[in-house]
Amino acid sequence: MSALRRLGQHGLRIAVVLLAGGLLSSMLVRTAPGFGVDEQDLDSRLTAESHRALHGAQATEGGFLRFYVEWCGRALHGDLGTSIALNEPVRQLLAERMPETAKTLGAGLGLAWMLGLGLALLSSVPAMRGVGWAAWFVASALLCVPAAVLAILFVLAAAPGRLAVGLIVFPKVFEFTRNLLGHSADLPHVLAARARGVGECRVLFRHVLPVTAAQILALAGVSVCMGLAACIPVEVLCDLPGIGQLAWKAALGRDLPLLVMLTMLVTLATLAANGAAEALAGNLRGGEAR
Amino acid sequence: MKVRIAALVFLALLALGCVLAGWIAPQGYAEQFRSEPDAACSRAHLLGTDDLGRDRFARVLYGTRVSLLLAPAAALLATALAGLIGGAAGFFGGALEGCVMAVTDLVLAMPWFFLLITVRALLPLNVSPALSVSITFALLGCLGWAGAARVVCANARGLCRSDLALLARAQGASGLRLLWRHILPNLRPALSAQFWISIPVFILTEANLGMLGLGVAEPLPSWGSLLRELESCSTGITQPAILAPLVLVILTVSSFQIAVRKEEKHA
Repeated sequence: MSALRRLGQHGLRIAVVLLAGGLLSSMLVRTAPGFGVDEQDLDSRLTAESHRALHGAQATEGGFLRFYVEWCGRALHGDLGTSIALNEPVRQLLAERMPETAKTLGAGLGLAWMLGLGLALLSSVPAMRGVGWAAWFVASALLCVPAAVLAILFVLAAAPGRLAVGLIVFPKVFEFTRNLLGHSADLPHVLAARARGVGECRVLFRHVLPVTAAQILALAGVSVCMGLAACIPVEVLCDLPGIGQLAWKAALGRDLPLLVMLTMLVTLATLAANGAAEALAGNLRGGEAR
Repeated sequence: MKVRIAALVFLALLALGCVLAGWIAPQGYAEQFRSEPDAACSRAHLLGTDDLGRDRFARVLYGTRVSLLLAPAAALLATALAGLIGGAAGFFGGALEGCVMAVTDLVLAMPWFFLLITVRALLPLNVSPALSVSITFALLGCLGWAGAARVVCANARGLCRSDLALLARAQGASGLRLLWRHILPNLRPALSAQFWISIPVFILTEANLGMLGLGVAEPLPSWGSLLRELESCSTGITQPAILAPLVLVILTVSSFQIAVRKEEKHA
């Protein structure tokens, strides 16, 4: 029951955020410079009556709220509008580019978690402190490099650009997990286990990790958001035709309807990832409590 | 401790270099030496010139001034907004806190780099370089408050329920006096930590925006726009001097991170 309730609450939160985000977004589109200006206005071949008819058609779009309601209605029916800059339906653009971003995100997050969690676990073992310090140094250095520079370095090294996302997210995963494991290692039950002579591996996997699992899962949800943000510079500079590159093209072409739709889509992905992580973490906490 | 002092000294020297930029590099960031495009390092041009013949050393100095002065300004704006919004929510509590936290959740749920380029795309094309730099950093400040507001709200709520607030109320302190004399001074460490933590984040975000061509408009330099030169090195780095802004960004951000490590404990 509690799991269902949590799911319902999260679904409601996603719906409210999307409705509010949609309202703000449509306000942005509506108030942006150039809204309602048609290229056909510049066509000298059109007669004055045609121009009047065009302006009349624009005037029937009504006020802001009507615009929002119609926009929501069209979106619910799968009509996400047409990109101004690329002159293609937004739905088609998304369908073409989403798999590329999914691959980039999957590869990047996989690498980030493999390195981040692996090295954090190693650095929490007293015998591996050297590895921990080396990993901390690399992670601190990577935190100081702009994501776009990392992407360029991957281009120069002819390395797969997707992995750049991994190196952008890795330091955050490593730092957070390392701190978390470090705090948990000082908990009384862990000290008691060590005092009883339990082996380091057993302490780590039986006493430290279960305590931190819920927070690590929460970080997994947040890392999706970090990865999506990293996709913009990586896809642009490594020439990967994904959502990030599309957002950049839309920003350069001042294609607000497309940008807004992309922001909403990425928000939805972020909320879904956070929700899934929270649900899993909740189940873990529930299991521990039982 | 020694590393922290070295980091602070480096930041102080950098700030001094920015202030004295006009004196150190009198030729300015926009002057073109048209007979010497892409020149190598020389006595006349310490870091050579860019593809338009502008002195790279002068551009790095002025770019440092833009990034190093405006990132703290953006951080100040974000911290002020976080203090105002989070502080009010934590102090008054109830429905206001619920509403503020809902708005904070909304802002945090939207990936802010996407949000940033969306809002940046909304701006008119004919803004002056000075206005574009102000707008870029103002946007960073306006969109970067949400995470800090949560921390400030939690701190303010904790302080309102603390013994010192209870004692002040028992002594007849009014709400305003409680806020001004007891809550705000105790929020200062959290606000200060948020301010210092935000600076390197904003420096890196501006660098990313600038490299994507969505940051400060030409000819005004910033670290982001200077790093765009790296994009032309598809066949390899022929002039090591173009790495100067990158080295400076890495050193500055790492110096900030070393300097603020103590502050992070308050966050």
